[in-house]
Amino acid sequence: MSEHHDEKPHLPPPSLWPIGFAIGIACVLVGLVVSWPVTAIGALIALVFGFLWIRDVTRDMSAPAPTVEPVRRELADSPGVAAGEVVAAQEEPETYPRSVFLELSTLGLGAAIGGLVTLPVLGFAVLPAFTNQDIPEADLGPMDQYPQGQFVIATYLEDPKLGEVSRRTVFVRNNGFLGESPSFTILYSRCVHLGCPVQPNGPPVGEPSKYKTVELTPVQPASFGCPCHGGQYDTEGRRIAGPPVRSMDRLEFSIKNGNLWVGDPFSVGTVEGDGKNAVMTKYGHATPGVHVDGISAWLYPIEVPR
Amino acid sequence: MAKSARRAQIETVVLYPLDWLEERSGLVGGIKYFLFRKVPHDTNWMQTLGSASLTAFLVQAITGVVLAMYYRPDPATAYDSVVRITNDVTLGWLVRGMHKWGASVFIILMFFHMARVFLFGAYKYPRELNWIIGVLLLVLGMLEGFTGYLLPFDQTAYWATVVGINLNGTAPFLGPFLAQFLQGGANIGEDTLAKFYAIHMLLVPGAIIGLITLHLYLVIRLGVTSPPWSDTAAGRDREPVEPGGRAGLVRPAARGNGEAN
Repeated sequence: MSEHHDEKPHLPPPSLWPIGFAIGIACVLVGLVVSWPVTAIGALIALVFGFLWIRDVTRDMSAPAPTVEPVRRELADSPGVAAGEVVAAQEEPETYPRSVFLELSTLGLGAAIGGLVTLPVLGFAVLPAFTNQDIPEADLGPMDQYPQGQFVIATYLEDPKLGEVSRRTVFVRNNGFLGESPSFTILYSRCVHLGCPVQPNGPPVGEPSKYKTVELTPVQPASFGCPCHGGQYDTEGRRIAGPPVRSMDRLEFSIKNGNLWVGDPFSVGTVEGDGKNAVMTKYGHATPGVHVDGISAWLYPIEVPR
Repeated sequence: MAKSARRAQIETVVLYPLDWLEERSGLVGGIKYFLFRKVPHDTNWMQTLGSASLTAFLVQAITGVVLAMYYRPDPATAYDSVVRITNDVTLGWLVRGMHKWGASVFIILMFFHMARVFLFGAYKYPRELNWIIGVLLLVLGMLEGFTGYLLPFDQTAYWATVVGINLNGTAPFLGPFLAQFLQGGANIGEDTLAKFYAIHMLLVPGAIIGLITLHLYLVIRLGVTSPPWSDTAAGRDREPVEPGGRAGLVRPAARGNGEAN
């Protein structure tokens, strides 16, 4: 090292690697409390940056120091100097001054702190709408409340914990038995145009009854219609007029202890056949106004998690 | 007329605190810069539409803050709290009415203001950026209308918002995600109202205030335009454009020539 002519003791060049190393260690410590994957990522960061740091520090030992010609630069004090000469005189080997380091580390630190604050908040603002969206099954009462071939308007609480804001309406028709198992057509009342409440086109044909929080009204509609923009559906939920883009959504059902339970809603495209013989393709429950089949469905390639 | 000693004394008393403030903050100069500026001699009443929109926004902000003291953003009690504001709370009918009708006034005034700017050609160089900010303000104003419409939580509010959200939901690709984000789930639920309330009274008003500040700053910096029928040439004289392009603030020298000035 006797070739060095400066009087300062040997110091490694300034380096950003220790910061990454420190972030890695911090990740490891946080991860030990929070989760193992974070620990693993932290360890990886610490390893990589530690290696780079050590390589940087020991560079002088592994390779002979390059000899650098001292730069002589004319003071460009006269404004008449041509631009080309000024540029030539300003050419100097790349340095890494303290001010640049401080500037970059301030910016980097600010970005890191900003990100640490913003990301969880952003996640909290957006993610709850897409997670834990499971709908509990709802009990719609004994099967004998649903006479065969008759529509019944059933309004029930989708999630009793949420109260009236989760009240939903379905049109239930008992189709009798398909072989051994009972068959029901359960149309979801929300219009598949823009979500308005579809109404049966026909008056009630009997007295309303109640089962717990479920309200049941028998009705014999010729069709169903939406009051908002005039969408019309037949008794199988097929669009017969107006702006809806698919057939009415339906709900899964099951029979438990003689009671009718409804589950998740699903969307259907076209419906072939009537009643218990209806054949349709089931799609995930789509937003109203969204095509589920045909070429227009290509506009909505990603299904929303629900 | 020479000032009397008494008058001079009063002036000193009045101006002293202002001088004190000015010396320490420069605020007095700032307010002078904001208020006492040159405008073309032939401006007319059409050019007060911007101030009118601002006033309408301030009315919305102030009445909104007071309404927030009595309103409850909860699905079970929101409607009752609005009924209470309207029927029971003293002067509640008036403040709610100001907020409700003022919302339409705000939007209408913004459109009139926009029409004035368009017809006067006041969106042209160098005021393009201010037009863009104005359009953003219009969009945010409409977002205020959309989010505020749900808050009474009656049947009209509920179903209009269902339709509004589902309209957004029909946008290709990300529309369904936007709809689900807005209603906080597959349906309007327990969180939707509070979410709309927060957007309505915190997020969007904050953005509007920030953009209005920018909007006014640009108005003051660039000045008011004369009407298109004005005899006086608008604006200051421009420097002749040098060959190779106009010198910019960021790009000091014109392109092409090597002169270092």
